Amino acid sequence: MDLSGLTTGWYLALAAALFIIGAVGLLVRRNPLVMFMCVELMLNAVNVTFVALGAGLNDVGGQVAVFFVLVVAATEVVIGLALVVAINRRRSGATADDVTLLKG
Amino acid sequence: MAEAVFAVAAVLMLAGAIGVVASRNPVHAALFLVQTLVGVALLFILNDAHFLAAVQVVVYAGAIVILFLFVIMLLGVDKAEELRVEPIFGQRPLAAVIGAALAAVLGTVIFSTADVLSGIRRSGGERALDGEATDIERMGRVLFGEFAFAVEITAALLTIAVVGAVVLTRRAARSDGAAPAESGSG
Repeated sequence: MDLSGLTTGWYLALAAALFIIGAVGLLVRRNPLVMFMCVELMLNAVNVTFVALGAGLNDVGGQVAVFFVLVVAATEVVIGLALVVAINRRRSGATADDVTLLKG
Repeated sequence: MAEAVFAVAAVLMLAGAIGVVASRNPVHAALFLVQTLVGVALLFILNDAHFLAAVQVVVYAGAIVILFLFVIMLLGVDKAEELRVEPIFGQRPLAAVIGAALAAVLGTVIFSTADVLSGIRRSGGERALDGEATDIERMGRVLFGEFAFAVEITAALLTIAVVGAVVLTRRAARSDGAAPAESGSG
């Protein structure tokens, strides 16, 4: 890995670090809202990767991919928060573990 | 100069991300998320993706985080959580192991393929980033040319999401015709 100057590898390493923090947070936290925020962290890490590789390859495709990821992230948040509101209406203060109560 | 901006953005992003994971109060986590998103926007500017940086701040740091804060306040879950107790035995050690494994895999991939870009032909023509056009113009041409069908699907996806959110959160109408008891609060 070329450590002189700001190469694509630096962006990829930073994005990997952000992705790992998000993944560990998703596994550790139990509040569904904070879990969604951790998913946002992971999506943003992937966005950084797309933009950095797009710049490295001189291609606008990376930016277009980020555009679609943004749209999907927005819809994911809308549906996810609607689910959180619906679950909390039945059972206030619910954590991710309590969703097992939904079965049968 | 670029190295300095990168360093600032990296510190902002990573500190914010750790803040999201470690803060006991969901409101603080949402505010740390804004910090991370601004760091990502800085990285976009550094890569000449100015339009995406603006969208990142407006849509993500603006709309999405406000939506988070709105739901936090609506549900009244803005109380500090006790994070020291571990609710499921072995959850955190396992999460640390998975994080370390992920770090090993991603690190190996990044370090072993760092110079892979040098061998690939750089794009030219309409998709090239070093042309005359601004980045908005370039993205618009590609989005509504090559990816026009995907943009249409995206429109359908957004419509489905809006309808889905309404269906999930509205109270079911009672069959006996009486008004729901809590209708005044909604």
